[in-house]
Amino acid sequence: MTSSVISPWEVTGRIGRYAFLSVVLAFFALPVLWLAFAPFNAHPTMATSFPEFTVENFRSLMDNPNALSSIGNSIVLAGGTALLVVVLAALASYALSRASIPGRDALLYTLLLLSSIVTGTAAMVPIFLLAFQLDLIDSQLGVILVLTGGLLPAAIFILKDFVDTTPRSYEESARVFGASPLQIIRHVVVPLIRPGLAAVTVWAVANVWGNFLIPFLLLRSPDKAPASVVMYTFYTEGGQPDLGLISAFSLLYSIPVVGMFLFVSTRYGFRFHGGIKR
Amino acid sequence: MTAGAGPTMTRVRGRNTGAVAADQDAAGLGRWRAGLFVLPALVLIGVFLVLPALWTIYLGATDFQLTGTAAAQPRIVGMDNLLSVFSGGGFAGSLLLTLEYVVGSAVVGQAGLGLALAWVMRDRRGVLRRVVDAVVLLAWILPNSVVAFLWIALLDRDSGTLNALLGTPGFGWLLRYPMLSIIVFNIWRGTAFSQMLYSAALANVPRSQLETARLTGATPWRQLWDVVLPQIRGHVLTNLLLVSLWTFNDFTPFLLTAGGPDHRSETLPVFVYVTALTGGQLGLGAAISFVMLLVNLVIAFGYLRLLGRRKDGAA
Amino acid sequence: MRTATAMALTAFVGASLVGCGGPAGKDAKNVTLTIAANAITGGKNAAEANWLTDYVIPRFVAAEKAKGVTAKVVFQPSGVDDEQYKTKLSLDLKARSGADVIDIDSIWIGEFAQAGYVKPLSELPGKAAEDWDGWKQMSSAAQDLVRFDDKRYAVPIGIDGRVLYYNKALFAKAGLGTDWQPKSWQEILDAGRKLKTLPGVTPIQLDAGTAMGEATTTQGVLPILAGAGAPLYAGGKWTGATAGMKDTLGLYRDIYQGGLGEPALQQEAKGRDKSFQEFADGKIGILGESDYFWRSVINPKGGTAPMADRDTAVGYALIPAQAPGKGLRGSDFVSYSGGSVRIINRNTKYPDQAFDLLAFMNSADAVKAGVDGAPKITARTDVNDEVLGGDPMLKFVADRVLAVTSFRPPLAVYPRVSLALQEATAAVVAGRSPDDAATAYQATLAEIVGGAANIAS
Repeated sequence: MTSSVISPWEVTGRIGRYAFLSVVLAFFALPVLWLAFAPFNAHPTMATSFPEFTVENFRSLMDNPNALSSIGNSIVLAGGTALLVVVLAALASYALSRASIPGRDALLYTLLLLSSIVTGTAAMVPIFLLAFQLDLIDSQLGVILVLTGGLLPAAIFILKDFVDTTPRSYEESARVFGASPLQIIRHVVVPLIRPGLAAVTVWAVANVWGNFLIPFLLLRSPDKAPASVVMYTFYTEGGQPDLGLISAFSLLYSIPVVGMFLFVSTRYGFRFHGGIKR
Repeated sequence: MTAGAGPTMTRVRGRNTGAVAADQDAAGLGRWRAGLFVLPALVLIGVFLVLPALWTIYLGATDFQLTGTAAAQPRIVGMDNLLSVFSGGGFAGSLLLTLEYVVGSAVVGQAGLGLALAWVMRDRRGVLRRVVDAVVLLAWILPNSVVAFLWIALLDRDSGTLNALLGTPGFGWLLRYPMLSIIVFNIWRGTAFSQMLYSAALANVPRSQLETARLTGATPWRQLWDVVLPQIRGHVLTNLLLVSLWTFNDFTPFLLTAGGPDHRSETLPVFVYVTALTGGQLGLGAAISFVMLLVNLVIAFGYLRLLGRRKDGAA
Repeated sequence: MRTATAMALTAFVGASLVGCGGPAGKDAKNVTLTIAANAITGGKNAAEANWLTDYVIPRFVAAEKAKGVTAKVVFQPSGVDDEQYKTKLSLDLKARSGADVIDIDSIWIGEFAQAGYVKPLSELPGKAAEDWDGWKQMSSAAQDLVRFDDKRYAVPIGIDGRVLYYNKALFAKAGLGTDWQPKSWQEILDAGRKLKTLPGVTPIQLDAGTAMGEATTTQGVLPILAGAGAPLYAGGKWTGATAGMKDTLGLYRDIYQGGLGEPALQQEAKGRDKSFQEFADGKIGILGESDYFWRSVINPKGGTAPMADRDTAVGYALIPAQAPGKGLRGSDFVSYSGGSVRIINRNTKYPDQAFDLLAFMNSADAVKAGVDGAPKITARTDVNDEVLGGDPMLKFVADRVLAVTSFRPPLAVYPRVSLALQEATAAVVAGRSPDDAATAYQATLAEIVGGAANIAS
């Protein structure tokens, strides 16, 4: 894409691009400013200000028996769910893309629509009673399974687009050389749809990371609670927030995910230089 | 080729172009083994998604509550819940607000801005790219409770950052423009997904085509419109469908405006929350959720009609 | 895993809810009990959580051991909104599981009883609860808190009461004097009008609107309504658009349409937090709240909006009736109270031992240990006499406010009625007339409580 020929379009394009990115950066960064100041403020309020520097908020988090371990729990839940979602969705979307299964599209759409109803407030009773019957209360596996069930339809939907647009010729060649379908998926298809897999992984992690309702409903022991649930504990009996702890914890809470994202995008890349060269 | 690929000039040449290819079993899966690949996902979905979803729909036909006499003996009330949904004030207004929220924040906002960002940064690497990615992503992954504080701090009447920047002290954005505020908020909140999906999709567009287009002197705009969009049409449909559904069912605005002032930002998920959790009427809440499901169905059909049937051949 | 899931699914379709089995008897030698509370170490109600883990559990276990019983007591903490805590408890109880001893808000007793989640103490555990000597030490207000349909369902923990807080510095500046006790609504409005002359000051914060949630009802509408002489619910009938209701909404009109209150605070999602901050910053003259505000919000030690000079700068007064003698039961002053209570899960395996634990937790020593260093109004008068001495405000509530207080009807339908009342105040704040708002409220009320027959109008 680096060419010696620079057209006037590219000059205007470059100026426009930087202007656009600056505006976008400002728009996205502005609300986060509060998060940069409040954790270090001795008496944080709703205002973005910086009067009295302190690390006291972080110190009390260190003393909190649930705060740090909850981030580990979040990693377990998010990692487990993302892994299950990606593997199952990859297998399913490949099969759905390549084999003609009757009623496939209607099925996919139905599942997708149903997945929107189970995220609502009204579905919590069925979800809880179901988990109770399956003896999945206070089990991290239970949370992972429930979340996976909810995320799979959309994940299959997203991945199937990627599988659909990969050329079949490679798979045929591999088959000619005697590779089994699983080998073909692993060595031919997965590398081709890697941007899609990475996108689905990040999407699944982000969904689990912020999910409060399901772990809250299904888990009981405080040492299993993820960070999204622990976040809600920093309020008074009357529901007033302890802004110092909340902001400090938010900061700790976002680091792993942003780190993961940067790692994934560097290592596996959603996009740079094309996921596939053809 | 697929609808996603569309009729383009330099599609991969191979034996597999054409309508049949989408379903052609290149890896020799066979129907039986294909079924086996789909099965684990279907079982999980069946148990943890379909079952609770159908159960919720069933609850919508009862007067179920979590406490009180209706918890001990829920009665089947059939269509009564649906009737009271439609006859009671609030539903129609909420539906309109929800549609406004979906069109404004998801379709135009998230999908539009996400595509723009993905396109502008398609060849970028380096620090700027990382920083933009990280901030956009941060907005997406922070938990709801925190995000609510961020935005209230931004839009606060007296000490808000926005009023300080604009020199408009005392202006109550959330009270004067509640819908605009939550729409802008949701663009901020959710653009990361669209950006990520489009970036991944753009990565799959063969570079050779873009090069060809560029060398023929096509403007970036024309490259996007003529070359790229037809290629990623399937992704566009998926993206629009997903972000619309998610936004339609998004409850987060409640944390910013509590549905107010005077119900002016009470979208349907907020309506359900107030009914089911604050008011304790889970049966009625489930009935509203069911109606929302039907509206979602209409939206899905709308997209299918608009963007062509997907993935069943280049019809 | 696939097979396991499929089998579980089959089992699920066929199975009905299974109970925990019958009581394991009074004389069980191995007992496991779980305590649930909306409290967690390092977070919400941390003091209570610490008290449970550091005091209650080890000492109760030791006491049981002395009796030859091996007790294992587990604390199941939560730290969430009351509504969410209630949802989680209800789900547990609905599935016939959950902790054996549970902290709840007193207002949930009726709905839990109607749902069959909790039994009267006279049935579970039975006589032991009736004969418990702790009842003698419970204040009568606290005893009212745990009663539903004339039966005791729980043991009370603590109780609160509502007052009018005022900023003495602002009062002095407005020429009102620093020792204020209004005797009628008119005197509140008069004070508000004088405060209005001060620049940048909101004279009165009377909670209104839906965003404030239950706060609007408990420290706004209900005390005012009580001051107009009307209960919300009496003799099986709910108060509709009565003269008292219209007068109540009329006071809202005088405040919010008369420039004495800040409508925006009633409409914003975090308006209540903000009103607290503004009071602490000296921008609000009069604010109606419970003793919670004193203990946890403006408390110079650990409050969310601390006021270093709270003890000297903040005054408090009883909420007056509309006019002397016009309040509920002919009173001059009014209040509303809620509180926390402990119930026994009706599906507990060890009801007798669970009550032993309850009695232990509510013994004078344990309660005293629980308020250590952070006094609050407990259900026990003997403990109150000892621990409230150092805090005149809490003493004031315990002695004067609880004497005139009232309680909300603990029925499942109450949250919806409460919401309808919040809507009515929101309408007045937004500029509608009290008559219109009252009429609309009555129409909604009729839908909620099943027709005009259940409404007093």
